[in-house]
Amino acid sequence: MKKHTIAVIVNDQPGVLQRVSGLFGRRGFNIESITVGTSEEAGLSRMVIVTTGDDHTLEQTTKQLYKLIDVIKVIDLSANPMVARELALIKVAAEPSARPEILGVVDTFRAAVVDIGTHTLIVQVVGDTEKIDAMVELLKPYGIRELSRTGVTALNRGNSK
Amino acid sequence: MVTQDAQLKSKEELMERLSMPEVISGSEILLRSLLLEGVDCVFGYPGGAVLYIYDAMHGNPDFNHVLTRHEQGAIHAADGYARASGKVGVCIATSGPGATNLVTGIATAYMDSVPLVVITGNVISSLIGSDAFQEADITGITMPITKHSYLVRNVEDLSSTIHEAFHIANTGRKGPVLIDIPKDISAAKTLFKPVTEVSIRGYNPTVTPNKLQLDKLVKAIEESTRPLILAGGGVVYSGAHEELLEFVTKTDIPITTTLLGLGGYPSGNDLWLGMPGMHGTYTANMSIQNADLLINIGARFDDRVTGKLSGFAPKAKIVHIDIDPAEIGKNVPTDIPIVGDVKTVLGLANKIVKRADKADAWRADIQKSKAAHPFRYIDSEDELKPQWVVELIHETTSGDAIVTTDVGQHQMWAAQYYKFNKPRSWVTSGGLGTMGFGFPSAIGAQMANPDRTVVSINGDGGMQMCAQELAICAINNIPVKVVIINNQVLGMVRQWQELIHENRFSHIDLAGSPDFVKLAEAYGVKGFRASNKEDAKAVWEEALNHPGPAVVEFVVRRDENVYPMVAQGSTIDQMIMGDSE
Repeated sequence: MKKHTIAVIVNDQPGVLQRVSGLFGRRGFNIESITVGTSEEAGLSRMVIVTTGDDHTLEQTTKQLYKLIDVIKVIDLSANPMVARELALIKVAAEPSARPEILGVVDTFRAAVVDIGTHTLIVQVVGDTEKIDAMVELLKPYGIRELSRTGVTALNRGNSK
Repeated sequence: MVTQDAQLKSKEELMERLSMPEVISGSEILLRSLLLEGVDCVFGYPGGAVLYIYDAMHGNPDFNHVLTRHEQGAIHAADGYARASGKVGVCIATSGPGATNLVTGIATAYMDSVPLVVITGNVISSLIGSDAFQEADITGITMPITKHSYLVRNVEDLSSTIHEAFHIANTGRKGPVLIDIPKDISAAKTLFKPVTEVSIRGYNPTVTPNKLQLDKLVKAIEESTRPLILAGGGVVYSGAHEELLEFVTKTDIPITTTLLGLGGYPSGNDLWLGMPGMHGTYTANMSIQNADLLINIGARFDDRVTGKLSGFAPKAKIVHIDIDPAEIGKNVPTDIPIVGDVKTVLGLANKIVKRADKADAWRADIQKSKAAHPFRYIDSEDELKPQWVVELIHETTSGDAIVTTDVGQHQMWAAQYYKFNKPRSWVTSGGLGTMGFGFPSAIGAQMANPDRTVVSINGDGGMQMCAQELAICAINNIPVKVVIINNQVLGMVRQWQELIHENRFSHIDLAGSPDFVKLAEAYGVKGFRASNKEDAKAVWEEALNHPGPAVVEFVVRRDENVYPMVAQGSTIDQMIMGDSE
């Protein structure tokens, strides 16, 4: 089982997310994360989906996606060098005494504190999935109150292909 | 020919009149667009959300609408019309329950790649999402079982949407397309201009195959000592029967046709081995298992054909020709994939293929096997055998009828014992296996082919799932010959309970079924019954000669089984040959 990151360029139409996610669901393809937003072209959206499966599953996923009329293009990003990033907001318990230590972790990760409450901080971290996993692990001992991750968005590098 | 010319001229005039730009309502746009797409018959059922559409039909002499008695009857009829004609079938239903009653029919068409345009009404746009009276999210409900769907939001989009829907339904791998029209859209007016161009960025089916792949096919045939063709519904749907006949004749390779492929190749020819799979012929199944080259032409390696996948065609190099790239490699790993329209692929292949010269011994073996293992059953002089009934139907119609079936034992017997010579003569729900399909689909098939004999073969179970459509046969004088092979039981379920569930017969007794002769007569349709050969011959002849619709009930024994049979999970060479051996 390999992890694949694919980009799906779709018509910006009502229901298109349902068509794509429904296809994954009924064919038994796994979705680890999915992000959707506008693309470089008006009228088209770019979805980035992280999925796990062997090469046969990836091939079937791609072919089945192409059968959707609203799907314009499917790109296996992870087949080539890519930049993949996600953003996480982590609300961590932070009494004044613990704050210097937490800020140390934040600095090391080149993350940022984007909100300070009486008992909590919200840390914003951007990076690949592994970096965010590591950040979450390091903040766990302080007590994570809430965690929100965007899922991966990605592009192939300029000199790939 | 004067009348034909006159008809042609009046049709041209109609098209010209319909094409005139004019400010009209969404409902009128719908009817005009359907007529401009060449639709000559629509099956439907009115209701609140489609009142404007039905209002537009009122007094419209150009638009031919058949009022069914249930939406399910409407969509199965549209399906039968499409399968028997090659044209797009069209049906209309209202919102909510009208739309949800179409779901089984949409899934049936989707599984068997049948081109339909399904029109549903919906509640007024501003009420969508409010759980309004008779509201259902039909585009959402049908997303997994449509090729594409539209919810029309602006009346200005309606004519282009309809044109796109017909294009999508009837090109590439065909399938049902749904158009959901809110009530305010069907009422709103706009300037109608016919749409004749279509350009859909995300939809461009591959028709012409890769030349290099064709060369590989030619070489594989040259080298093969045990080649076999497996042809499916794709042959019929792409209209490739002549190309297939030429391909088989040129290569001299034996051929088996799947359930949906029946009629795609003439069954009388020596090289034809019958149907493969769960209830296929001994020779077709054994030949698949022994072949060194299996050329799949427009079939999708359905589990009823392959049996246990890991043991399917173990010695064969696999060639797969299909319009749908997603079918290639989906179930069976493929050595030579050829993506393209079957008719185009075979047309090109026929220019370069040569006879499979190394396969003479294989051909001889297959002929021996064919002679030794035909379908067989133990006939009886005391009671009617269902296989005999199908043989009777075959002989009396010279194999030239359009035959539709329901699902179950009678379906398999019809597939085994009716020998088809022409494509689009066989209408059956293969993929979804929809009971209730047989009879209404025959109505559509007959509407599309008024001059052909249409025989609908049903069981006593499935007949009761759509029997209400006898009404439309009666009032429209649609002369379908409705056969009911009555064994008083859900036969295929009974067979599995006998063979696999150790004779624990659970809920299969159909006691309480109506007197089918009286049922027919209650609708004003002629009814016949026979329970022995002599009566069967006599009433069947009378029914065939009757100018209108007729129901003929053949009372057969209860515990007849369909053989051969491959149990689920077995490889297809593990056949239970049955009572006769």
